[in-house]
Amino acid sequence: MIQLIDISKSFGKTEALKDVSINLEAGKCIGLIGPNACGKTTMIKNILSMVVPSKGKILFDGQDIQGDVLYKKRIGYMPQIGRYPENMSVIQVINMIRDIRKFTGTEDEELFYAFGLDKISDKKMRTLSGGTTQKVSATLAFIFDPPVLILDEPTAGLDPLASELLRDKIIREREKGKLIIITSHLLSELDDLLTDIIFMQEASVLFYKTMPALFEETGEDRVSKAISKLLKSGVK
Amino acid sequence: MKGITVFVITDILKNRIILFYALILGVFSWSVFSLEDNTSKGILSLLNIILLTVPLVSIIFSNIYMYNSAEFVELLVSQPVKRSSIWAALFTGLTVALNAAFLVGIGIPALIFVPEMTGIMVILAGMMITTIFVSIAMLCSILMRDKARGIGLSIIIWLFLSLIYDGLVLFFMFQYADYPIEKAMVFLSAFNPIDLARIQVLLQIDVAALMGYTGAIFKKLFGTPLGLLVSFLLMSLWVTIPYLISLKLFKKKDL
Repeated sequence: MIQLIDISKSFGKTEALKDVSINLEAGKCIGLIGPNACGKTTMIKNILSMVVPSKGKILFDGQDIQGDVLYKKRIGYMPQIGRYPENMSVIQVINMIRDIRKFTGTEDEELFYAFGLDKISDKKMRTLSGGTTQKVSATLAFIFDPPVLILDEPTAGLDPLASELLRDKIIREREKGKLIIITSHLLSELDDLLTDIIFMQEASVLFYKTMPALFEETGEDRVSKAISKLLKSGVK
Repeated sequence: MKGITVFVITDILKNRIILFYALILGVFSWSVFSLEDNTSKGILSLLNIILLTVPLVSIIFSNIYMYNSAEFVELLVSQPVKRSSIWAALFTGLTVALNAAFLVGIGIPALIFVPEMTGIMVILAGMMITTIFVSIAMLCSILMRDKARGIGLSIIIWLFLSLIYDGLVLFFMFQYADYPIEKAMVFLSAFNPIDLARIQVLLQIDVAALMGYTGAIFKKLFGTPLGLLVSFLLMSLWVTIPYLISLKLFKKKDL
């Protein structure tokens, strides 16, 4: 569904991505993991063309995304730190995105009510706490029922209850055959969520494995243990 | 695109600074016209106020607004909107809002007290100046990632175009006073949008006659319909060139 071909990106002298080529298929829930500053967020921002790659191209359903914006209608994006215009209220932000996307299907307002945003919809974005802002981000990612979901650190800052709600939601969306890309540092919470795993290190992809293959190779049944075992043994 | 533009305009018009700006301009123009019996003198005083304050407020306000909408831009870029539409919406929003404030503050009194070509020329010149400085402010905001430096650059540009440039031209004029430099003077003035605006208004009130031979040259070159057209074209270039450069940079910007 999404193909990255030889993507490189550098910010000045620092290389954020080095020749990354990857094929992301529909129906998978892919975990994008790796140490800090390994290029996870840059890769996501490349897919959304928020960052313009220095080299290479990205195909969405076989179409080059360069110069195209309509493909973003089919992506729900939840940023790591959602930044919104401060003096807009929750409902104004949602309505503005509605106006932009001109979505014609039925909206999925489940998270909007589950997170209790209906009760605070008149509050200004600047008065919201970090966690509540994340809830708005999550709602915006899911509300238009997009076939691709990109979630950058989705549970960071969310309370355990909201975290659990979001997790269940992700699993249900996965069952519908959507492509879901999640980045996270907390390996423990990814266990029964993922189907595939991409491990990035120093701006390139170290390996891309399916979960059963990963567990079989390492003889472990937890993501965190399997990864650390793989890294210790020095993967190729 | 339309939705975003409307949002930007309403967002700016709700800003108290804009209301205050319109109010101050209104106070200026009402007091100038009420104190002066001679409307030409009134227009001259008003012109000096306009040429000093309007560029300053337009460039600083637009610049700060651009930095403050960084989050808004980031949100929009992750959505299916063209970057060029986002940029156009911000430009249109700022231009419409600042020009609306100008029209309320200066336009209405000018039309009431000087309902002739001179009044209309003051309004047109002021609107062009506003639009030009919005465009320059957008360029400054994209050239400098840091807010303080961006605002610093805006202030330097304003200072250069409204004070330093004229100082340099005067210096040049005194240095070469013995030579026939009238044509060169016209040429130099053509590169400063504030000077262009000033000349156009001055020519309307016929004080050009007081400026000696240079004034006559100005009258000959800028006073004709063709001269008017050329000076408005030059001012339009001051809008389009910075805008197009900033758009090009924005399309490549990493957010």
